[in-house]
Amino acid sequence: MNRHHALFYWSGFAVVIALLVVAPFVLPEFWRRFLTEMLIWGLLAMSSDLLIGYTGMVSFGHSAFFGLGMYGAAAALLLVAPPNLWLALLFGLIAAAAVAGFVAYFSTRLRDIYFAITTLIFSQIFYVVIFTWTSLTGGENGLTFTRPRLAVPGLFSVAFTPRVLHWFVLAVVAASYLLLRRITQSPFGMVLQSIRENEARTRAIGYPVERYKIMAVMLSGLFAGLAGVLYALQNEYAAPDFVFFVVSGEVVIYNVIGGIGTLVGPILGAAFFLLLREVLSRFFTEFYLIPLGVIFVAIVMFMPQGLLGFARRWLNR
Amino acid sequence: MGVSFAQLVIQTLNGIVSGMILALVASGLTLIFGIMDVVNFAHGEFLMLGAYIGVLTFAVTGSFWFSLIVASAAIAVFGALVYLTTLRPLLGRDPLTTILATFGLSLVLQNYALWQFGPVARKLPEPFGGAIELFYLDYPLYRLMIAALSGAIIGGFWLFLKFGKWGIWIRATTQDRVMAQAMGIPVPWVLMGVFAIGSAMAGASGVLFAPMVGVDHAMGFDWILRAFIVVVVGGMGSLGGSVAAAIFISLLEAYASLWVSPAQAVIVSFVVLILTLLFRPTGLFVPTRR
Amino acid sequence: MSAANGATEPLVQVADIHTFYGKSHILHGVSLDVGRGEVVGLLGRNGVGKSTTLKAIAGLVQPSRGRVLFEGRPIAGIPSHKLARLGIAYVPEDRRVFPQLSVIENLRTGLDRAGVTKARKQQLLDKVYNFFPRLAERRNQAGGTLSGGEQQMLAIARAMMLEPKIVLLDEPTEGLMPRMVSQIREIIEVLRKEGIAVLLVEQNVPLTLDAVERIYILEKGVVRHHAPSAELRADAAVIHQYLGV
Repeated sequence: MNRHHALFYWSGFAVVIALLVVAPFVLPEFWRRFLTEMLIWGLLAMSSDLLIGYTGMVSFGHSAFFGLGMYGAAAALLLVAPPNLWLALLFGLIAAAAVAGFVAYFSTRLRDIYFAITTLIFSQIFYVVIFTWTSLTGGENGLTFTRPRLAVPGLFSVAFTPRVLHWFVLAVVAASYLLLRRITQSPFGMVLQSIRENEARTRAIGYPVERYKIMAVMLSGLFAGLAGVLYALQNEYAAPDFVFFVVSGEVVIYNVIGGIGTLVGPILGAAFFLLLREVLSRFFTEFYLIPLGVIFVAIVMFMPQGLLGFARRWLNR
Repeated sequence: MGVSFAQLVIQTLNGIVSGMILALVASGLTLIFGIMDVVNFAHGEFLMLGAYIGVLTFAVTGSFWFSLIVASAAIAVFGALVYLTTLRPLLGRDPLTTILATFGLSLVLQNYALWQFGPVARKLPEPFGGAIELFYLDYPLYRLMIAALSGAIIGGFWLFLKFGKWGIWIRATTQDRVMAQAMGIPVPWVLMGVFAIGSAMAGASGVLFAPMVGVDHAMGFDWILRAFIVVVVGGMGSLGGSVAAAIFISLLEAYASLWVSPAQAVIVSFVVLILTLLFRPTGLFVPTRR
Repeated sequence: MSAANGATEPLVQVADIHTFYGKSHILHGVSLDVGRGEVVGLLGRNGVGKSTTLKAIAGLVQPSRGRVLFEGRPIAGIPSHKLARLGIAYVPEDRRVFPQLSVIENLRTGLDRAGVTKARKQQLLDKVYNFFPRLAERRNQAGGTLSGGEQQMLAIARAMMLEPKIVLLDEPTEGLMPRMVSQIREIIEVLRKEGIAVLLVEQNVPLTLDAVERIYILEKGVVRHHAPSAELRADAAVIHQYLGV
């Protein structure tokens, strides 16, 4: 990126962060919570973009990574007393990574469509297991727990008020964004993109494509799990609904609406979808998915670069 | 915890019955995939809409058979429309766009059904009563008939593929689309026709299945999931493979539900899928290429 | 230079076509024509655009500039299945018979057209079985199980089922045993006797010099030389210059 461009980009970034930091002081609680959830879904969407946008693999299984992150955190918060934030993070990430590894092992050798379907089926497998193994997971009712304190032993300990939670989520999501950005721009990220462009050629050049794909799925799963942990912290419960396919589907929608392969796009896509859902449900109540689905199909057909891509071209005129 | 022979026989029949219906659903899906590399995510919703149209037609006419025909025809037309408006423009592009587009479509259709018909499940009464006596139970005759009918539809279609002029067109287009065009076969029409036929199969399955379960807006999802598994296990694009896989999986699930709850019995199909992917990813039942 | 019988317009006229494959510029303004019943050859090294030229005439590739005319009418925008019905038959490189259709089913893909009576269909079948007795023997065998030579025969026979006005032959002798080359020569002669025009793309120079009346030589997407084959037979230097043989 040239100097001028970089300056523009980073100042924009700073402005957005500043706005998000200030938000809890200005917004009514409903919208504050909305914003925090938007950030969490944005993180989930970003994790999926690593696969869809950068490696060219559409996954319908992110609900499994997300949900297992959630349940992992729940496990830590319920099993270990006093509830420890870092343990929750650790458990959640490990659970998500394990699931991602499992899915990666079976699915990455499959191309496009088969991969998408198989990830879908795997997320359903986890859903059924969680739903029916009532003794372990609370079944249909899920698990409830209390938020831990935001504490670094020896330094400070603060209660997770809604505001503190918001800033924590913001910090984690922003850091994840920067990290993912770094990853996509690294040599590793370049190989992923090359796989997306032309897998056969990448393989012919000599890259162990399967290994890169597995890495990509695991990274994607990790960040999705992280989003799951944040969600658990926010809502203080874990439920099988979040492992259900619908969540995976919505994540893909965020990606496509916002613009795949841009990292920022999916966050915007999530925001757009959630806002649209708010607005549309005022008019269409619970049938908001009808107009929203139509909009989604229209975007797939006519704006395959998503909103961000469209905005970019419009700005470049 | 013994399982009586009688229970085994009953479950075998149940497995075969739902296996045949599943085979019909999966056949439509694999047919479409084989010829144009499109995975129709909304296939389950075509089944659901077929079931609803069947219910509505029945309410007006009182004839199960007439409802079956009307629903199949209606979904065939609907499928053709979907193909023309949404899928044909996307055919040249990345195959994932058709997955996404049909996924969006499935959301719209599901919620549309919810909006129009409400959340309460509808019922379609059995087309005729009567049962055969099987040990200490009466096994409904119509279930056997439905299995036979599904089989007949699939068999009839297989014959159509083997012998008719259009059957040759479809097979040629599936094997080499470009050369089929170069031989004068009107490929765009063939593709639309196949999509319509595949959709009609889904719609018909909906009506056939309706007397056994309730018809509601979400019924499509379970079927599409199972149909996907069947198609992968049976080999994408293989009609015979889909039928064999459908029956195989349904039988296993039926037996499993003797010991565990039905919700858990589906894990059986998942396990079969995993094993297939591990050992024979091209399909368990794919006939060896000559 | 136009077709040999200059009075009537050529059957196929390619006028200054340019084609692209992604960003690659393949044809840089190719012009040629084929008269009714004429046998014309297209020679050139690998990758110069010979196949692409055939595909443009068959409607499988759309030129971004220039025109292709069939019987005086531009074919731009007409889908290839309609062109096949109008009389343009395409026999591709590597044959591409339908592998899981039997020989007779392969033939039927060209035979089952509107306006062809059952009697006529049987006539065409008999004629083709006459020319290709091996295909008659194997009529119920799957296309994919035939040998290379038999597949080539099937591909050409299949094209003949369309009762075409012109057959576009793309490297028919490629991968075939030497003794099959003379069979291909005979088949081209059969086509000519039936009054069917042939545009032959080949790497086999002696066959081409022998079988066709005129030759275009393609180099890097343009026609570099055009002469009656009699002339080229006498002038080995030209051949050597463009084809290195």
